[in-house]
Amino acid sequence: MTINWFKFASPAAFYPIAGRLIPWFSRVALALVLIGLFWGFFLTADQLGGSNPQKEYYRIIYVHVPAAWMSMWLYLVLAGWSAIGLVFNTRLSFMMAKAVAPTGAIFTFLALWTGALWGRPSWGTYWDWDPRLTSELLLFFLYIGYIALHSAIDDTRRADRAAALLAIVGLVMVPVIFLSINCPDPNQCAALHQRSDPGSIHLSILIPMLTMTLGLWSYSFAAVFARLRTIILTRESDNAWVRDVIAQETTA
Amino acid sequence: MLKVFYCVLSRDITLALRRRTDVLTTLFFFIIVVSLFPLGVGSEREQLRMLGPGVVWVAALLASMLALERLFAADYDDGTLEQLLLTGQPLALLVLGKVVAHWLLTGLPLVLIAPLVAMQYHLSGTAIWVMMAALALGTPVLSLIGAIGAALTLGLRGGGILLSLLILPLYVPVLVYGAGAVSVSAIEIADTQPYFYLLSAFLMGSALLAPLAAAAALRISLE
Repeated sequence: MTINWFKFASPAAFYPIAGRLIPWFSRVALALVLIGLFWGFFLTADQLGGSNPQKEYYRIIYVHVPAAWMSMWLYLVLAGWSAIGLVFNTRLSFMMAKAVAPTGAIFTFLALWTGALWGRPSWGTYWDWDPRLTSELLLFFLYIGYIALHSAIDDTRRADRAAALLAIVGLVMVPVIFLSINCPDPNQCAALHQRSDPGSIHLSILIPMLTMTLGLWSYSFAAVFARLRTIILTRESDNAWVRDVIAQETTA
Repeated sequence: MLKVFYCVLSRDITLALRRRTDVLTTLFFFIIVVSLFPLGVGSEREQLRMLGPGVVWVAALLASMLALERLFAADYDDGTLEQLLLTGQPLALLVLGKVVAHWLLTGLPLVLIAPLVAMQYHLSGTAIWVMMAALALGTPVLSLIGAIGAALTLGLRGGGILLSLLILPLYVPVLVYGAGAVSVSAIEIADTQPYFYLLSAFLMGSALLAPLAAAAALRISLE
């Protein structure tokens, strides 16, 4: 049996599937986010121990950390679909990349916002040039650059390919940018290096955090597919099947 | 191969030297931006000595970015760029030639004028030398990375502003280590070594990869 790897790379084939998947991803997202938030906000200890004890306000990590994880993961997804699009020249890959960008930017903004809200009680300031916050800010700029370049070019094909190349260049630069932010003084890198080891997080905190992450991931699928369907309809509007779909949906 | 490179290089330099104001505009932009800061933040010597490295580097970033718009624009407008694409020579090499010419005309003057603006900030003699060396290593990286952005935004309306949005975040590593080297030289000169290693590494990496990416971007923009 040969597998046709490109079967769902056709926008016409993927459009109905995306439509059927959206409700499921939305339901899973809603359920997981509600469970994760309830668990994190009401069922975990109201104080974080260790050398830096924190009271109730630490609970913002149940939103902050999953949002930050998703923002970084979605940039990988964005660059990945961009690379696939450039290599295989599949239209749907570029549409996917374009659909992912706003969701990624929103999560980056959410991570920055919740970071600022957490910073106020714990550092006494909304903004500090903490390496993690600064990295997240730079990631936000990269997302904005992608979206701005894509929308500045009228020709769809050029916009797709130019933005895809930018995403890949950004991906190559990201490790260097993060290194320079994390370690501005190479003489003392070892001392300044930040350790964020998931294994060092207590399980009672890690599990609700992962639940939230899966919930936000599910939400990303739903939001991206919804955006993707609009992009498909706009771009394929010359085709007969799009006219059929629109005729169906307007009569239904 | 070298002949092609040399050909593009000498052509771009000849063209630019016939219109010298373009080169001087970038240089004076750099000097004006650097001179404005003491007027804004106050002219206390200690404070200026602290701010100096960062201010000079940010001004260099902006100056090199503003000049980037012209890297491909004139050749794009009169069709030369299309002819370059059709020559059958490796496009990355042609791009590298153009970038080197661009750096000689906009980056090198910044390196040479640096001692003058450094004096405005009361930097010490060693700090001035370190700054010149760091700028000499760092500004080519800016031109190389910027070439990708310039190729991507070719012929777009509002290209200049868009260009800054695309490439300024990518300039961060050069800014951090370039300014860091100058700041650290005031404390212990031996500590500047790792900064120069990193800047050299950036130069090597971007000289290898950026022309390829910029060539790919030019193909996309001119399709």
